[in-house]
Amino acid sequence: MDAPAILVRDLHKSYGSVEAVRGIDFEVARGEVFGLLGPNGAGKTTTVEILEGYRARTSGIVSVLGHDPGRRPAELRRRVGIVLQSSAVYRHVSVRELLAHWAGLYPKPRDVDEVLELAGLTEQADVRTRKLSGGQLRRLDFALALVGDPELVFLDEPTTGFDPTARRAAWQTVRRLAELGKTVLLTTHYLDEAQALCDRVAIVKDGRVIATGAPAELDPGAARYRVAWRDSDGELHGRETADPTALLHQLTSEALAHGEPLRDLSVTRPTLEEVYLELVEADG
Amino acid sequence: MAEAIRIGWRQYRLERRMFWRNPSAAFFNFALPLLFLALFGAIYAGDRENIDVLVPGIAGLSIVSTTFVALGHNLTFLREQGILKRLRGTPMPTGAYLAALAGHAVTNAVIQLGIVIVAGEVVFSVGWPRDWLQLGVFAAAGVTCFALLGVALVHAIPNADSAPAYVNAAFLPLIAISGVFYDAEEAPAALRDIAEALPLTHLIDGLSGAMVTGAAHWSDLVVVGIWTVGGAFLAIRGFSWEARRD
Repeated sequence: MDAPAILVRDLHKSYGSVEAVRGIDFEVARGEVFGLLGPNGAGKTTTVEILEGYRARTSGIVSVLGHDPGRRPAELRRRVGIVLQSSAVYRHVSVRELLAHWAGLYPKPRDVDEVLELAGLTEQADVRTRKLSGGQLRRLDFALALVGDPELVFLDEPTTGFDPTARRAAWQTVRRLAELGKTVLLTTHYLDEAQALCDRVAIVKDGRVIATGAPAELDPGAARYRVAWRDSDGELHGRETADPTALLHQLTSEALAHGEPLRDLSVTRPTLEEVYLELVEADG
Repeated sequence: MAEAIRIGWRQYRLERRMFWRNPSAAFFNFALPLLFLALFGAIYAGDRENIDVLVPGIAGLSIVSTTFVALGHNLTFLREQGILKRLRGTPMPTGAYLAALAGHAVTNAVIQLGIVIVAGEVVFSVGWPRDWLQLGVFAAAGVTCFALLGVALVHAIPNADSAPAYVNAAFLPLIAISGVFYDAEEAPAALRDIAEALPLTHLIDGLSGAMVTGAAHWSDLVVVGIWTVGGAFLAIRGFSWEARRD
């Protein structure tokens, strides 16, 4: 099982004269949690919907579990679970009825009660779906995507619009998916989400991948430090350097020689947030 | 194939269950035609000729409301809410899903026709249908035609808010000129010509022949058939699983 779960090579997608995806490449290994991270309108959803079989690509190579999703093979739909960015459910059924119905669409479904438990909906099992809260509906989205026991789960912006508690709960569910050995492809514009969940991420902007790697490796600032201090006039200075030792030595020597204190001296590493923003802005 | 039939049957049963739990759907499908039957029946009380026109007219109206109107509303709602898109991501075969929807509409049409026929005999003494075979043929043709036209109409409806406007803009004038409530022959020539070109007048003429005289004109099937072919073409060609993006 060495073949990647997802393979994308030089993917392009145009809507009329608008090029939403302009040559995206990435691979997702089996059992990996992979994130497409980027600002709104970067082409994340278009890419995922091509992989889910909702859209036809303009050009490029795409393989999902060894199938071409553009042909929408039934075999592939049996092995994949999809959480769309936003879509409703039937209103006049209970959570359990809906899950049981969905289970019946798949050849080897998971036990409905087990899925309710996994999604945190056990208490709402007999509630009509139209009475669920927004967070509960999102958990139902997860449950519906899981009940067919898929090998691969797509999550398109799984926590957008959530309050912090609901986000943590959703993250727990994604982590449990990973523990079950599922491959997960998620899109997000939240950096902390990508950091918390993903083994690897691809940063997408304007239809292109501008960086790929583990969240920690993605940090090109690993070799960069920012040194800041305030001079005797109270003016704030900042300088970036690969080697803060020399700079600090110089600064402290000068300060000692002049007998002036170095106020507000700090040495910091850029956060991933800053690196991400820098990448996204620099590329434009 | 066995798998598709099993899944289609499950979907059909779910559609039935959801239908009965949704009072407004049940009202529009069943109560409205019966209300019209009761009201116009009272207006025409004792007027044999008009009652003989009204009962097949309401039968035709029932077919339109259980297929064209119901599908126009429901499919638009399902599409705009993203439910169709969600279903499309599951292993449900497209044919199984559409068959379940069609089966659901046919079941409603059959129940409704049954009620109208019984009411026609018991309340209005028009007698039992003279020719059940003709009735079956025309009912089947009407259900097929108006179901496909309903699916085709969904393609023209841009969003969920405008569904009632589009459906009613087609449905209300159609029933007004097609001889549901009065003999279409008595309408002004211009309206009659328009009605003659539309399928409902011919469906009602056929139902009337089958139910009242026992001698329906098969030529009426031709017009219904032409609209069925046109409806099928537009329904298949225009069908969309997703709401349009802005």
